Amino acid sequence: MNVRGLAFLLFLPVAAVAQGFAGLGTETEGFAVPQRPAFFDFPADHGAHPGYRIEWWYVTANLEGEYGTPYGLQWTLFRSALAPEPGTGWSAPQLWMGHAAVTTPDAHHVAERLARGGIGQAGATAAPFAAWIDDWQIAGPDFDTLTMTASGPDFAFDTTLTAQGPIVFHGDSGYSVKSAQGQASYYYSQPFYDIAGTLTLPEGEVAVTGEAWLDREWSSQPLSEDQTGWDWFSLSLGTGKLMGFRLRQIDGSVYTSATWIDPQGRTTAYPDGAFQAEPVMRTEVRGNTVPTGWRVQLAAKGVDVTVAALNPQAWMDTTVAYWEGPVTVSGSHDGHGYLEMTGYD
Amino acid sequence: MTRAGLQALLSHWRRNPLQLFTLVVGLSLATALWSGVQAVNAEARASYDAAAETLGEGRYAQITAPGGVIPQDRYIALRRAGWRVSPVLEGRLDGVRVVGFDPLTAPNGFGPVDLSDNALTLDVLLNGVLFGTAEALNRLGAPDVARVVSAQVAPSMVLTDVGTAQELLQADGQLSRLIVLPEQPIRQRALAEVAPDLTLRAPQTGGDVAQLTDSFHLNLTAFGLLSFAVGIFIVHGAIGLAFEQRRPVIRTLRALGFPLRRLIALIAAELLVISLLAGTIGVGLGYVVAAALLPDVAATLDGLYGASISGTLQLRPDWWLSGLAIAVGGTALAATSSLWQLAQMPLLASARPRAWAMQSGARRLWQAGAAAGLLGLAVALSLVGGSLLLGFAMLAALLIGAALALPVILDRVLAFGAARARSVMAEWFWADTRQQLPGLSLALMALLLAMAANVGVSTMVSSFRLTFTGFLDQRLASELYVYADDAEQAAALAAYLAPRVDQVLPIQSVDQQVAGLPAEIHGPAAHETYRAHWLFLQEAPDAWPRIEAGQGAAINEQLARRGGLSIGDEITVADRRLPVLGIYGDYGNPIGQVLVTATLFAELFPAVRAERFGLRMEAGDVSALAEDLRDDFGLAEDNMIDQAQLKAFSLEVFDRTFTVTAALNVLTLAVAGFAILMSLLTLATMRLPQLAPVWAQGLTRARLGRIEILRAVLLALLTAVLALPLGLALAWTLLAVVNVEAFGWRLPMFLFPLDYARLTVFAVLAAVLAALWPARKLSRTRPSELLKVFSNER
Amino acid sequence: MLLRVTDLHKSFPGPDGPLPILRGIDLEMRAGETLALTGESGSGKSTLLHLVGGLDLPDSGTVALDGTDIGALDDAGRARLRRDQVGVVFQQFNLIPSLTVASNISFQARLGGTEDPVWTEALAHRMGLADQLAKYPEQLSGGQQQRVAIARTLAAKPRLILADEPTGNLDEATADRVLALMLELAAETDAGLLMVTHSQRLAARMGRELHLRAGRIA
Repeated sequence: MNVRGLAFLLFLPVAAVAQGFAGLGTETEGFAVPQRPAFFDFPADHGAHPGYRIEWWYVTANLEGEYGTPYGLQWTLFRSALAPEPGTGWSAPQLWMGHAAVTTPDAHHVAERLARGGIGQAGATAAPFAAWIDDWQIAGPDFDTLTMTASGPDFAFDTTLTAQGPIVFHGDSGYSVKSAQGQASYYYSQPFYDIAGTLTLPEGEVAVTGEAWLDREWSSQPLSEDQTGWDWFSLSLGTGKLMGFRLRQIDGSVYTSATWIDPQGRTTAYPDGAFQAEPVMRTEVRGNTVPTGWRVQLAAKGVDVTVAALNPQAWMDTTVAYWEGPVTVSGSHDGHGYLEMTGYD
Repeated sequence: MTRAGLQALLSHWRRNPLQLFTLVVGLSLATALWSGVQAVNAEARASYDAAAETLGEGRYAQITAPGGVIPQDRYIALRRAGWRVSPVLEGRLDGVRVVGFDPLTAPNGFGPVDLSDNALTLDVLLNGVLFGTAEALNRLGAPDVARVVSAQVAPSMVLTDVGTAQELLQADGQLSRLIVLPEQPIRQRALAEVAPDLTLRAPQTGGDVAQLTDSFHLNLTAFGLLSFAVGIFIVHGAIGLAFEQRRPVIRTLRALGFPLRRLIALIAAELLVISLLAGTIGVGLGYVVAAALLPDVAATLDGLYGASISGTLQLRPDWWLSGLAIAVGGTALAATSSLWQLAQMPLLASARPRAWAMQSGARRLWQAGAAAGLLGLAVALSLVGGSLLLGFAMLAALLIGAALALPVILDRVLAFGAARARSVMAEWFWADTRQQLPGLSLALMALLLAMAANVGVSTMVSSFRLTFTGFLDQRLASELYVYADDAEQAAALAAYLAPRVDQVLPIQSVDQQVAGLPAEIHGPAAHETYRAHWLFLQEAPDAWPRIEAGQGAAINEQLARRGGLSIGDEITVADRRLPVLGIYGDYGNPIGQVLVTATLFAELFPAVRAERFGLRMEAGDVSALAEDLRDDFGLAEDNMIDQAQLKAFSLEVFDRTFTVTAALNVLTLAVAGFAILMSLLTLATMRLPQLAPVWAQGLTRARLGRIEILRAVLLALLTAVLALPLGLALAWTLLAVVNVEAFGWRLPMFLFPLDYARLTVFAVLAAVLAALWPARKLSRTRPSELLKVFSNER
Repeated sequence: MLLRVTDLHKSFPGPDGPLPILRGIDLEMRAGETLALTGESGSGKSTLLHLVGGLDLPDSGTVALDGTDIGALDDAGRARLRRDQVGVVFQQFNLIPSLTVASNISFQARLGGTEDPVWTEALAHRMGLADQLAKYPEQLSGGQQQRVAIARTLAAKPRLILADEPTGNLDEATADRVLALMLELAAETDAGLLMVTHSQRLAARMGRELHLRAGRIA
């Protein structure tokens, strides 16, 4: 384990628990804890919450090139606090990590950045909105109009995001329960972005358009000790959008949660068990067996679809690795979306 | 059968323990010197690697600022412009080099320090932890920071987080340089656009430190190889004699039906065992040699090049394995001809121990031809030149050719002496010495190489010293040097000094790329001091007047060689094209240097203000002025450098280098002396039939003993005389061919007759010491032993 | 009296203590006298010869050459004695391998400063070595080598010639010729000749014969 490994442990407390790292367990140690009912204060809540241990700005997008070629795009900024205070300078106890990726049907480009908080290398401000690490940035005058850029050794992207609908809240008005024991996070999304821009790839620049989905989540203790990883879906199904996740437990059981979002942005939250996802196909990715085909069901909305990875090799070969990539949906509904799976390495 | 054969073969060593001793000791000594030198080298290199890994020295491109300080916001600006760079802050505190990194962005994290302890990592980031050797940590007086002793950190250096370093060094918001990571994004903004005042320095092959210290290591390696060659001569001699003496046994075994193939396998196995044994002893001895030399080597390199080496030695597996390998390989090399002869030997060949010591005319002719060919090749290579490899090939041809030529030349000289002899004793002395030559020639070749190596390396080191002293005189022409902390103080200082000294010479420099290479631009004020002390290696007509008129620049030899620049070529400095008017020697400087006048410098770099000054004044007034500056002006003691002290320090550094060189000189000569001793002892029994008639006809044994010593002196002296030109050729090759190819600068060669005389005395002394025991043995041989020569029972 | 040996004892270290070789030898020789020393192997012939030549020292007893007690001389004195007064011819390895035949012949004479070039040249001629002078000993046959050794001894004109089986390695005819020469030349220089031999045939040609048995004169 090197210093970067530690950094990731801080971002994935579940992994920290699995490694038996004392001090980052399930205790909150002075950090703020999400409370029910959840109240949000915008635009302030678009910015950072240093009093909470962990927080992220997470954008995924399904794109199409000029000739109909599908692409996926990911832009993620994680914040992790070593202590519940903002601080300034090098000794500020905030660490930041960025992940960016562009997925094509036959390639997957990844980059990672790490930064100390307190020196300006990375951060997030609410108004005007900006979240950045190095030259990667999402920013805009408000949350509805954003520019988003990132670069890696073999790719870059410059895109514009325009909101076509309202912000939506998961769980109980944004209080999202993550286990039967009641661990929870604040969780809201903007799933209605239209996105347009340019991908810079080794083969050249590609003009793209499509849909983007932004997740905001912060907490101090999102997972419980016996959870080993999660499978997270954000699907665009024509009649509505579906966010569903499945938290896997050590004993083989799962805890699920889902939100149905209708085209007007009205949400229905579903408790444990309503949302079901079963692997139907597995792929060997970098020596790990990862489910890249799923049967996803939400009986209440008549959803029974097959979710398949656009590029099954969309492995995030970052400090701590996981799978994340665009998917296509077929069955009761047709559409596309994004899939993130952790804990398979 | 194998067992019986083995017994028969091994009985030889039981009967000739001295031969076995010679073989084992010779091989051990050779391995010891080789592996000792290797150990010193390996240890030093490992230390550099640790340093390089921590500092990103050399391997990575770096971004630096002209004034040495990069504001932290420049770092953030670069990161935000897409530059993957990592900050480094360096400074000195209580005599310790404090180096701060950002483990999150540094290419190797915390380099040598293991951060597998997560709690420790948190501590590093949040509260600050200092890593270093116990000694370095103890020297740091700074309170309130946790310390962790780490042997991996280079000595006299402390590693810590960059934030902690800023606090310790009171350099808030300051960085020293930025390491540029090898992997950069597909796009980024141009450096000139983001931070026009910063300079990107390309990664240097081997790095600054390594480039300089490589020069030293190269010498050591050459020394190690030569020492090993000397040792192999001993081994070759011992193995050859053992084969000759075992011919009867081998003949008998074969006559009894012992297969030749198995016999050769047995002997090879026996040699393998012996060489492994000797190799093990040698590696152990080498460890001792290295441990004895290491503190000095460390001190030398530390002082000479500012590179820290830990003074402790670790037994590295690759090192002792290579030691064993070279022992076995060397034995194989030395035994090849003997084994081949054995394979070719007719069944009934008889023992010819005297033939071993004699030599056929045909063979001598062949040897003379080979020697002439190799020496010719060396001359041809010196004319062609062009690469480091050719330089070394030239060295090899020179040394082997000279070694082969030695017996031929000595034989001619002795024949000449014999022809001129008047008295019967002289006639016998020359003739008998000549007869000894074949038996002693291997040992004498060893002496030749040892002596030549010593002459060569001494010449090189001394030339280096002389050149460097002269260079110091040039560069440290001012009596006192003062440094201001900032521009404001600099102005005040200049004003304060102007009426108090003869001349205030501002010293200003800027880092810039010239001809695509990193270089420092210097702009000294035009003053007789520079004209008088900066001597050109090459110059255009009227070089100084034209440089002073701002019509051109002088460059150092490094820049000239690496950039392929010669007099009249143009270089671009701050967008101005300037012709090269002079090239000067700049010894030990890893990077290029350009010299323009202060006027031109101010024109080219208007923003740069001198903060250092050289003061010309009466040498006697220096201490008074220094006192005034401290008490009256308030300049810190650290900001003044007394030229005399600086020179003394530099020379002290060289003298440490000499200690190592001298130690290796003595060791090499000792090995050669051992070779002579063993050859003489081996020859002693064979010599009785040659000496007994002389004794019987009226010479005392004591006189015979004295003559034996005289013979050794004569041979050593002749060898030394021949070693001198060889050593000088060696030095010339090292200075004018190898050094140029390896480091980009040529050292002028100076001659040091007194040193050579001393070395000759040492060589003769070694020979006398080697001859002493056999001579004493001879003078005490019982008459009955001598008489046995004449009787039938022998 | 050229040589007077009185009650000479000599022993060598053996596996079971000192091994007596000579047990009280008395012997006298006049100038010009020739004496054969015979006896079985190990009877002490060679040892007696060595003691007489000052090549080794007795345990007790005296050897006086021209009245000088050899035992009273130091190492250098004995070396001078060997050089100036005695000439020794051994069975083998008499010659200095690094020197030519000519140099070997004149070596002892030149060493003692008594070289007579005319005499030396005559000797070489009479010994049949005139064509071999530029050669080295190892280029000669055994008989030639022994002739060089004898010539070398005679060239120095010693008072006493000691010969230890000088013809032991030679065939009978050659041995006879070499001995004849030696006797003839010894007579010319009035030197005494003491020769160890095991051959009765050769001993018979000497003026006197002494037979040694177990370290005593029989």
